[in-house]
Amino acid sequence: MTADTLIDRPGTGTGRLKDGKGGTADIIFRFALTMAATLVLLVIAAIMLLLLRGGLPALMKFGPEFFITTDWDPNNEIFSAGVMLYGTIATAIIAILVAVPASLGISFFLTEVAPQVIRRPVGIAIQLLAAVPSIIFGMWGFYVVAPIMRDLVQPALISGLHWLPVVGYLFAGPAKGTGILTTGLILALMILPFMTALFVEVLESVPGVIKEASYGIGSTTFEVFTTVSVPYGRTAIIGAAMLGLGRALGETMAVTFVIGNANRISASLMASGASISSVIANQFNESAPGSLLQSSLLLLGFTLFVISFIVLALARYLVRNRLKG
Amino acid sequence: MNRFQRRLAFDATMQVIATGLALIALAMMAWILVTLVVKGANALSLRIFWLPMGPPDGSGGLANAIVGSFIQVMIATAIAAPVGVLAGTYLSEMGQSSRFGASVRFINDVLLSAPSILIGLFVYDIAVRPFGGYSAIAGSLALSIVILPVVVRSTEDMLRLVPGSLREAAFALGAPQWKVVTSVLWRAGRAGIVTGMLLALARAAGETAPLIFTSLGNGSWSFTLTEPMGSLPAAIYQYASSSSQAWVDLSWAGALVITVGVLVLNIVSRVVLAGAGRK
Repeated sequence: MTADTLIDRPGTGTGRLKDGKGGTADIIFRFALTMAATLVLLVIAAIMLLLLRGGLPALMKFGPEFFITTDWDPNNEIFSAGVMLYGTIATAIIAILVAVPASLGISFFLTEVAPQVIRRPVGIAIQLLAAVPSIIFGMWGFYVVAPIMRDLVQPALISGLHWLPVVGYLFAGPAKGTGILTTGLILALMILPFMTALFVEVLESVPGVIKEASYGIGSTTFEVFTTVSVPYGRTAIIGAAMLGLGRALGETMAVTFVIGNANRISASLMASGASISSVIANQFNESAPGSLLQSSLLLLGFTLFVISFIVLALARYLVRNRLKG
Repeated sequence: MNRFQRRLAFDATMQVIATGLALIALAMMAWILVTLVVKGANALSLRIFWLPMGPPDGSGGLANAIVGSFIQVMIATAIAAPVGVLAGTYLSEMGQSSRFGASVRFINDVLLSAPSILIGLFVYDIAVRPFGGYSAIAGSLALSIVILPVVVRSTEDMLRLVPGSLREAAFALGAPQWKVVTSVLWRAGRAGIVTGMLLALARAAGETAPLIFTSLGNGSWSFTLTEPMGSLPAAIYQYASSSSQAWVDLSWAGALVITVGVLVLNIVSRVVLAGAGRK
């Protein structure tokens, strides 16, 4: 576009012609656009407020202890979030610990190693993995992955690691197949394609000249990746990883199938657990409207909303700043 | 081995590891698909597209769930698409640099990744509890909140790709803004906007969490929007965790159907988008 444009390009300027041409129709049109945009804000505000309103009775009854104690006893109407907070966070952390290095490796492959012709097809194939509905991951995890974990992976981990000090506690107990570890691994696979795509986008935005400069002083391909490309996109890469974390925290169906649904915290990663989303999925339909159980579930939902909102907001802030900047 | 050779060897090792990781990811994708085909084939027959869900002996099908999913996704798209296109147009044409535009864009991005089960809880609160029962319309509403942010995002992105000179040409002819947007911009970005809707629709079709508290699921035919309605993901969820092997087999067949459907929609939209991008 030439420099003497009358109208700013989208995203750079102040807006369209402002002399009111078009009259009433334009006023109505602009009003409709603004209303639609406002609706997006209203939806998220309404979700937050209604979850909080629904959770208030439980919050009044149990107080801040709701978030630190671990009782969940529907028969005696005693509820708290400890077990589910632990399950949600532990599975998400396992997912991130596995998925971030794996995604970085795959994005290294897709941006530097792979021959040009196969980059797009491989990239698209990995992208399609992200389109598979989460309930499919749940079924596959429960019927296919969990038996393998139970018969092969977990016995090997337990016999190989249980004698270690401290770490040993993480790998103790019977191998059940389902549980925190399996859930974390399935979540890792689910967020991997999404994170890989973002990493590739960030890494492709690294200016060729600075990579060439590094090659010019004798760096190897991997050295250019670790000392130039990754540091250059560091902020956006952290942001992308946090976006993945946000998704892992709120994932429901896959988790519900494989976490094992137990209302307690065990030191072992092999043990069953529960996450905020899995407890809501399992118990909400059985809770009577207005009951303390339902209120506690809504308070759990509000807690999940706040956690994911903070993570996602921070992530978007980091990603946007970098990719646009 | 001197230092230089060590560096080269390390580089080669890392390249092999990266290639291996990519192969593992592809193998996982293939593993899931093969599992679906192998396990889904047991119960896959034309019968499941024809008969409604039946007793645990597996003599039923999934037809009512498939049709229910279709109805709810269509209504959801009909609700979310117009709002999403308008909001996306706002972001591209009016709110590029305003603070309000920035907040909407930001919140929309958050909504894009927000846990979908919370959308289910929210819609339960506004559309199930006040009206005293689960309904297909509540399910559609929940899916529309899943679809909305995807459409907003893709519409904004597509309109930003339309060259400013097209806008100038239209304004120079004296067209008011609504005319410029509807007859020039939306037309120019049509392929991309429709693709965004298809992707959103594919995503909504596979969502289970927003439906289980809203339209619940229904074992028999229902076309009443104020009654609980079956949906494929809800049927898969119910059958997959049942103790009847015939139902588990049916749930695998359903899983195969939904995955193939979602993947085909994704591939078609990618092809359409690539074609539109080249023009």
